[in-house]
Amino acid sequence: MELLYKPWPWYVAGPIIGLSVPALLLLGNKKLGVSSTMRQICAACVPSGIPFLQYDWKKDSWNLLFVFGILIGGFIGGTLLANPNPVMISQNTVNLLASQGVKDVNGLLPTELFNWQTLLSLKGLLLMVAGGFMVGFGTRYARGCTSGHGILGLSALQWPSLVSTISFFVGGILFSHFVLPHILAL
Amino acid sequence: MRNLSYLGIGIVFGLALTKGEAISWFRIQEMFHFQGFHMYGIFMSAVSIGALSLFLIKKFRLHSMDGEKIVSPTKGYHHGVIIGGLIFGFGWALTGACPGPLYAQIGSGYLVTMVTFLSALFGTWTYARLQPHLPD
Repeated sequence: MELLYKPWPWYVAGPIIGLSVPALLLLGNKKLGVSSTMRQICAACVPSGIPFLQYDWKKDSWNLLFVFGILIGGFIGGTLLANPNPVMISQNTVNLLASQGVKDVNGLLPTELFNWQTLLSLKGLLLMVAGGFMVGFGTRYARGCTSGHGILGLSALQWPSLVSTISFFVGGILFSHFVLPHILAL
Repeated sequence: MRNLSYLGIGIVFGLALTKGEAISWFRIQEMFHFQGFHMYGIFMSAVSIGALSLFLIKKFRLHSMDGEKIVSPTKGYHHGVIIGGLIFGFGWALTGACPGPLYAQIGSGYLVTMVTFLSALFGTWTYARLQPHLPD
């Protein structure tokens, strides 16, 4: 029983994530991608006469079911089968985060940073509101995220997806080294 | 029935993201500081399995369940893959989440992530609004 609550090693989680590529293609010739669902939601709810949002979003409504599934999968994995122990990240990362004031490494997100109270502070606004904005803006500008470019595009040996995945990582590495420490110090 | 299958694939995908800790802010920081192999292992094994299955689909000329020919996806280059990619990377480091994990984090009970998600929707909408004026 205990095994159910344990986190999965990379060699279990990674291949299962990769299998979504052939599963979607074989089932309905569908291409893995998540960030496009945010364009669909915008097109459905607030099209505002914007040309970029005038398209047949209903044609890709399978994708909305797919991401609703991701949400349910998160509920099963993160709530019903939540890991009761702290995340087993490297001791170096634990020390680094502790030196930046993040002491609690339980759960999936540091609740001391991501909560409704900090949302009203500059720190929380930058982490959640500015961070989320850049995720939405950047993925649409790049026409794909870690799923569409990072997994599907790389699997299909598409060099633009390699350029884009490298850019994701360069951006993340730069920010977590040089910007995040200042935000955590706020 | 078909629609339930998409939901089912999403559930498995979300479960693997969550139990594999790919939606963990802590794991993302570990990855960006090159202090652990876990996330790189997930990426490399996912891409290997994806590439192997695309190779097999091509080799055996497999068709989808509707009998449609499966064409390997192509992704064209535009400067947005670099500019947008960097901007997304900045956001990834802050939130610890890509779009898929945003859905999974909300499902995991981190309800405050709904704010991050709404903000990501606003970012998408803002891109749509500015798209004609941005370098492509």
